[in-house]
Amino acid sequence: MLLGRVVGVVVPAVVYDGLAGVPMLLVQPLDRSGEPEGRAIVAADSTRMAGPGEVVYYEGGREAALSLDPWFVPVDHAIIGIVDDVVREPR
Amino acid sequence: MIIGMVTGQVYSTIGHPFYRAKALLLVEREDASGGRTGAYILAVDTVGAGVGQRVLVLDEGTGGRQVMGSANGPVKSVIVGIVDDVTHS
Repeated sequence: MLLGRVVGVVVPAVVYDGLAGVPMLLVQPLDRSGEPEGRAIVAADSTRMAGPGEVVYYEGGREAALSLDPWFVPVDHAIIGIVDDVVREPR
Repeated sequence: MIIGMVTGQVYSTIGHPFYRAKALLLVEREDASGGRTGAYILAVDTVGAGVGQRVLVLDEGTGGRQVMGSANGPVKSVIVGIVDDVTHS
């Protein structure tokens, strides 16, 4: 999994079976220090509680869909949890 | 599997039930000579690893779920060992 920051909310008009009502959020990936890195992705929010500005951890691949119910859905990234804090080693 | 250094721990209250009461560690990947690459991964700890330790990370879903004893948990990366040393030839 990787860290990301929610930077937007996607409002789909039509979705594949099983994805109705699943929040889709725009997530900016973060590097090891918490700085933005790379391009934003759209992730399904399995917590259904994340919102703009929050730091989250997300999974990619088949495991992303496994976080959802139903899980046999076409999803490649999903928010698994909301980060309270990251305690890093002192540098 | 990959080798990395545990450099942090992620604390989370709201998350998928699978991750409840599991330690989620920030692991920075090492290159072939032991230097840091800048890339990282968040992995579930199964061996009692902590910040400052070199660890072995399994980064594959089916094996990860096998280690965690879960049929359908949304897990891919699992810390499965603590590294003492790597001998280069």
